[in-house]
Amino acid sequence: MKRRDLLAALALPPLAALVPGCAQTPALRGTGDLGLVVERAAGSVVVVDTSARAVLGRVGGLGDLSHASAVFSRDGRYAYVFGRDGGLTKVDLLERRIAGRVMQAGNSIGGAISADGTLVAAQNYTPGGIKVFDAATLALVADVPAEVAPGQRSRVVGLVDLPGRRFAYSLFDADAIWITDCSDPAAPKTTKLGGIGRQPYDALVTPDGRHYVAGLFGEDGLALVDLWAEPLRARKVLSGYGRGQEPLPVYKMPHLRGWAVAGRRAYLPAIGRHEVLVVDTESWQEVGRIAVAGQPVFVMARPDGRQVWVNFAVPDYDRVQVIDTLTQQVVQTFSPGKAVLHLEFTPRGDAVWISSRDDHRVSVVDTASFTTLATLAVDSPSGIFFTSRANRLGM
Amino acid sequence: MLTTAAATAAAAEPASEPDAPRQQQLVRLVRQDCGSCHGMRLGGGLGPALTPQALADKPVDGLAATIFHGRPGTPMPPWRAMLDEGEARWIAERLLAGFPELPASR
Repeated sequence: MKRRDLLAALALPPLAALVPGCAQTPALRGTGDLGLVVERAAGSVVVVDTSARAVLGRVGGLGDLSHASAVFSRDGRYAYVFGRDGGLTKVDLLERRIAGRVMQAGNSIGGAISADGTLVAAQNYTPGGIKVFDAATLALVADVPAEVAPGQRSRVVGLVDLPGRRFAYSLFDADAIWITDCSDPAAPKTTKLGGIGRQPYDALVTPDGRHYVAGLFGEDGLALVDLWAEPLRARKVLSGYGRGQEPLPVYKMPHLRGWAVAGRRAYLPAIGRHEVLVVDTESWQEVGRIAVAGQPVFVMARPDGRQVWVNFAVPDYDRVQVIDTLTQQVVQTFSPGKAVLHLEFTPRGDAVWISSRDDHRVSVVDTASFTTLATLAVDSPSGIFFTSRANRLGM
Repeated sequence: MLTTAAATAAAAEPASEPDAPRQQQLVRLVRQDCGSCHGMRLGGGLGPALTPQALADKPVDGLAATIFHGRPGTPMPPWRAMLDEGEARWIAERLLAGFPELPASR
């Protein structure tokens, strides 16, 4: 071989990178085992593969991702990431690039996608209210200000999607739950339920889509709406669960979003207590409470409902506890790393991914043996979101 | 600026200026943990913005007291379990001056 030919051969990409026929065509793959992890300080997300337990790549330029969350398109290809600074970014998980981005508010803490996958709704603190976007183009299709008095808006929390093109959410500053029907996005119809209890801070919808439950910061108790009943009304459940005890300082607001419903029981963080409350979802009466290692932040059920995993606010946030839902006992306590911020189960719950912000790692833990299967280097990881959320109601 | 802040702190809280490693911890605490409510860039959230512009008319004593004792009736908790009063004051002074960034983690 002449020297010039040799140099030309060396300049070619390695053969392994070439796909027969066309070098630009990536290998075919599905999205069912993909997800993303938020790098909150860097303003980026890493795309992960839950089968390979590996980071596939990084997408940057997403702005302030403190408290960022994500929802997925129905095909699992796109993630919609809601940034704290009001940025809404559509991320293509397959091509690992930004497919669209709008600055939609001044201060935002999350959102939801409609059951038919066509509408993405963001919940905003500034300006208070929700904004609804076309999922394909990110064009604004509806703006619903949470106006509670002339010129005065409430911060919005606890936004979830309901069956149909409906969204339910709570107004922190107005003690209200609103349900907006976007069947016709040009003319959204909002049902307003007031006097639901003081300072709702977050909410969930049960996996069957029937009950919307908002946690209250301003009092011991929860607000409950039976979405199958007409007319819609909110009633208070678990009132006074603290029974006059002085609540502890709350260093981080608990999150109700997640799958904290297992079987016919809901597991909920008791605000200002080192306890998980157990509620019967038929009667909505308290049926137990479980002492845990600190202030619960996320109380998440394994997809089969056999276990509930709990993480905690500062200063107890190096720990994770596992509750067996059959015995209602804590069966495992361990420390996967400093500042555990989030947990996410693989689609059928064989493993759980845990972010440890201050150790810059994500641990993958086997949920049967509690052994660590892998650790991945991720910069200040916070939220972990897998595409299996695309197939669940209320995510 | 540093000299002025240090002198003010020394007058109010003798010998309570946190040492350099502790200052690093406090910067991380404010950016990351206070950031849950106030935003990591301190632009606000459930809690108000903590930028120098937003705090311009707030006296340092009041800010330090809010950090240390919390604000009843709001979600702002007392941080006294994790800080002493000198540290709360150091944070208040830094907020008014423009809070330090976190060092890049990698």
